[in-house]
Amino acid sequence: MIRPRTLSEAISAAGSGDRIVIAAGCTDLFPATQRQSLAGRILDLTAVDGLRGIARTGDGWRIGAATTWTDVLRAGLPPAFDGLKAAARQVGGVQIQNAGTVGGNLCNASPAADGVPPLLTLDAQVELASVGGVRRLPLAEFVTGPRRTALGPSEILTAVLLPEAQGCGSFVKLGARAYLVISIVMVAARVVVADGRLTQVAVAVGSCGPVAARMTELEARLTGARVADAAGMVSADLVAPALSPIDDVRADAAYRTDAALELIRRALDGAMA
Amino acid sequence: MNRAAGLTAFTLNGTAVAVGCDAGRRLSDALREELGLRGTKIGCDAGDCGACTVLLDGAAVCACLTPVARVAGRQVTTVEGLAQGDLQDAFLRHGAAQCGICTPGMLMAGTALLAEVPHPTRMQAEAALGGVLCRCTGYAKIIDAVCDVRPAATLLEPVAGQSVGQGIARLDGQAKIDGTESYGADHWPVGALVVRAIRSPHAAAGFVFGDLTGWAAACRVTVFTASDIPGLNRFGVIPAFADQPALAEDQARFRGEAVALVAGEAEGMAGLDLSDFPVTWDAMDPVLDTLPGARAVLAERPDNVLVRGRVVRGDAGAGLQRAAHVAEVSVQTAHVEHAYIEPEAGVAWMEGDTLVIRACTQAPVMDRDDTARILGLPPERVRIIPSAVGGGFGSKLDISLQPLIGLVALKTGRPARMVYSRMESMQSTTKRHPARMTARIGADASGRITGMAFDGTFDTGPYSSWGPTVANRVPVHASGPYYVPGYRAETKAVHTNGPVGGAFRGFGVPQAAVAQEVAFDDLALALRMDRLAFRRLNALQDGQATVCGQVLTGVGIRACLAALQPRWDAALAETARFNASGGAARRGIGVASCWYGCGNTGLPNPSTVRAGITDAGRIVLHQGATEIGQGSNTVIAQIFADALGVPVGALTLVGPDTALTPDCGKTSASRQTVVTGKAAMRSGERLRAEILRLTNRGEDARISVGDGRIVVTDGSGAAEIDLAALPEGPPGYRLVAEETYDPPTVPLDADGQGAPYAVYGYGAQLAEVEVDMGLGTVKVTRITAAHDLGRVINPVLAEGQIQGGIAQGLGMALMEEYVAGRTENLHDYLIPTTGDMPRIDSILIEVPDPEGPMGAKGLGEHVLIPTAPAILNAIRHASGARITRLPALPHRVLAAIREGSQ
Repeated sequence: MIRPRTLSEAISAAGSGDRIVIAAGCTDLFPATQRQSLAGRILDLTAVDGLRGIARTGDGWRIGAATTWTDVLRAGLPPAFDGLKAAARQVGGVQIQNAGTVGGNLCNASPAADGVPPLLTLDAQVELASVGGVRRLPLAEFVTGPRRTALGPSEILTAVLLPEAQGCGSFVKLGARAYLVISIVMVAARVVVADGRLTQVAVAVGSCGPVAARMTELEARLTGARVADAAGMVSADLVAPALSPIDDVRADAAYRTDAALELIRRALDGAMA
Repeated sequence: MNRAAGLTAFTLNGTAVAVGCDAGRRLSDALREELGLRGTKIGCDAGDCGACTVLLDGAAVCACLTPVARVAGRQVTTVEGLAQGDLQDAFLRHGAAQCGICTPGMLMAGTALLAEVPHPTRMQAEAALGGVLCRCTGYAKIIDAVCDVRPAATLLEPVAGQSVGQGIARLDGQAKIDGTESYGADHWPVGALVVRAIRSPHAAAGFVFGDLTGWAAACRVTVFTASDIPGLNRFGVIPAFADQPALAEDQARFRGEAVALVAGEAEGMAGLDLSDFPVTWDAMDPVLDTLPGARAVLAERPDNVLVRGRVVRGDAGAGLQRAAHVAEVSVQTAHVEHAYIEPEAGVAWMEGDTLVIRACTQAPVMDRDDTARILGLPPERVRIIPSAVGGGFGSKLDISLQPLIGLVALKTGRPARMVYSRMESMQSTTKRHPARMTARIGADASGRITGMAFDGTFDTGPYSSWGPTVANRVPVHASGPYYVPGYRAETKAVHTNGPVGGAFRGFGVPQAAVAQEVAFDDLALALRMDRLAFRRLNALQDGQATVCGQVLTGVGIRACLAALQPRWDAALAETARFNASGGAARRGIGVASCWYGCGNTGLPNPSTVRAGITDAGRIVLHQGATEIGQGSNTVIAQIFADALGVPVGALTLVGPDTALTPDCGKTSASRQTVVTGKAAMRSGERLRAEILRLTNRGEDARISVGDGRIVVTDGSGAAEIDLAALPEGPPGYRLVAEETYDPPTVPLDADGQGAPYAVYGYGAQLAEVEVDMGLGTVKVTRITAAHDLGRVINPVLAEGQIQGGIAQGLGMALMEEYVAGRTENLHDYLIPTTGDMPRIDSILIEVPDPEGPMGAKGLGEHVLIPTAPAILNAIRHASGARITRLPALPHRVLAAIREGSQ
């Protein structure tokens, strides 16, 4: 295990050509093995200076990749981030929130990653660094499938970048128990309301397909709608085409679509409240 | 850069330490193996259970998810580092530790919370502890303790002869709260070999081994297969049905069945890759359902029927014929995993020519006999020392690793230890039987039950285990505690290639209660009767015959149902008010009952308790009932202490050990308080009688033992026994008493008629739920549980049993479904967390049993039986959804709501 202190050391280790596994909170790496030690070469990012924490930038916010969910919960953030905070509170239990990181949640690319829907509603981008330089990618392009991302073989996800976000966010997670639960469906929403109408609408659904997705057709239809009408306008024809749920032990696909519709209405209500 | 090879230095419980192991190693493993601190428990190695919670710079983290490198230069606090303080005292006072395996994790998570919030609310405590799973307590007393931390609170100290009925702290509690309790994985001699199993990845497969010798030599390990087993490679809890190999021969019949063992030095075993073990599998189509016509799972049972059960009384058909209404229900239930937080673990070693096995178990004498048979040893050459047990609930009745580590120790002469991974534990040990049941129950126009016909098929997996017990217990109990004049119940246990169906709290009765109680709601609705009134009308009473023709006395079900009436009336009104206000939530209430016979069904199951007084005046109680968290160490001692007439604190306990304690049978069938309790009572009474005889004192004399003498005082003054002056009795004792008790029963005839149990316990629960009509989710908000214990020995422990049983019943009702190959961990297999548990109001009823010790009845399994049907009936009351397939996952509830509204 390598624990660099600086980003340049980390980047050069990642680019050294050897196969290396990048570790942060280890809350997904350890459960994936029956062994008592992480096998292979491990590059641990949690000692890298500057990779943890949430900061204002000139045009928005920067969440360091090694920022834990507890850090998110405790940060002073505007109401648009309420959905992200609500998600942070529901990632595993306190122990997981104290160790698990925002960057790890994205790189692990679970279809049920709690962080993805709220970050999608915040129009997040990811910052990817390698020896060759730094690039930015919209989050929606970064997560490409279940356990698949656009992270290059020698790249490190260093931060999540968020533009200034208006309005108020919300997040609802549906599972079969209260804590430590993998969601059946989850929905994040962010809305901006002016004069009783929705001027901006962002809605993302997770656990209903290989990757979490924004409901663009629904958002377009709701933009400009009166607050009082919004929930009633959420309909299957606007949402279902954007989902591709599966049957599994947690629920069947038809239920997931129904539940997504219901949760979208509630998430909108939560964000408009 | 900080590379892997060097030492990792950090502060552990205030002391600087350095550990030289791999920097990517789990901190939990390093703490236990390298640093010798075994108070941190490992339940899953995946962050799912929180048992390994430690504080890292004050923040709670799972040690199993923390690489050693990450703690460099930081402060790590484990349970051993908590100076005994007010939180631990609160745990003791409230009975927050049952088996105690989750307690270190709970204490650490609680400590982190209290550092930030000194006086938390229940909701704050639930959230802070939401990451630690407990399978025993239902969390209520843990939350009580965290919210009631105060200095200098004192524990209850009962006086001589008056401990029964007192909620004293458990006598074995201190070790559970200071991290010193030693479970199966916590003790091993230096240099013990580490044993791992090779298991079938298929539900059914033939297999052949390749070059085992070459592989073993290359890996510097030893391999053992079925061909190394010196005795009879067949075991089973019921000897007549023994059919399970310790290591499979040629064919694996369920996913996770062990086919070979690998043993080697600890260092080498840690990183050993078992994926290239030389075995070739020939997978077959598994038999996965119980329908007739499947190929034979076991050659000796070609129709796959292990056993059939039957109870017939009166004429069920005629009873249904004359009924005004007949309800018919078909119910399907799932495999349910015990999910104790301690995976199976133990160690074996040779002492002379005796094989000693120290492992977690519920049945030491059965372990001894089965292991001896497999290893070709006479039983007296096997000694079983039960470790502390981190939860059992029925699954640790069957042997698991005992013959495996025994084989390695016997063959190598070296100590051998083994700890199952969570996945191994879930794959290879028994499950609650999935059931497909149909019940038809009729009632006349006045609401009296006229007849009942019940048919149940139980998936027992490939081997017998407790399948015969389930098939026989269910027809005896499927009527519920109600008077049913015409009754026919038939069951069968059928082999499949699913997991082995075994014992799980209730032996099939919780499944059967679902069918019966759902049908009872059908009948009450059809009759337009209040559902509780319908049950009160039909509840058994003294002098009535059960479906087995047994005429009972001390029947407490009417008292239990009556005790629910006030809350029932209030809750009906409250739910009606709530539902009138609209919204997406609907509330409802439901009720269900239980009865359950304590001990074996019409078969002998004696317990023997020995007690002695040493020449120094120490009173030693050889208490062979295995403590698995339920409290037998405390309850049996309370009964004995009162029978002898001494303070319970004066006793020295010698726990179960086949070399030191007489056989108290297995910890199952809710029998220990009744059967071992009665043996303990008799041995206490006999010892007292002997002391009174020697001193010529009357029945009401006070006995005081200590300092080499016994002082006996009554109205005629004090008399003394100088213990050293008495002749030496059995080794170490001057006075000794040993008593055996076997509950009187009458075996069942071909129609299931007889007196299967000497003592029954009764209960009824009222569940209140809120159903989300848009999502089908269910929140249980409150359960009122009235249980007839005959005589309450320890109210705190009794409440703990009730709360824990309700948690398991709630899990069975709403979320638990084991699917081999899919839910073999504690994040896909869900058990309730702190946030899932309702408020629980326990009402302890005492209708004395004429046979039970001091009137006591069993409780352990009863508490789970009514929960699931009460919840299902409440869901229906709230939403119209009549659920007949468990668990009631949200998608099933929503579908049933829509069906109900059509």
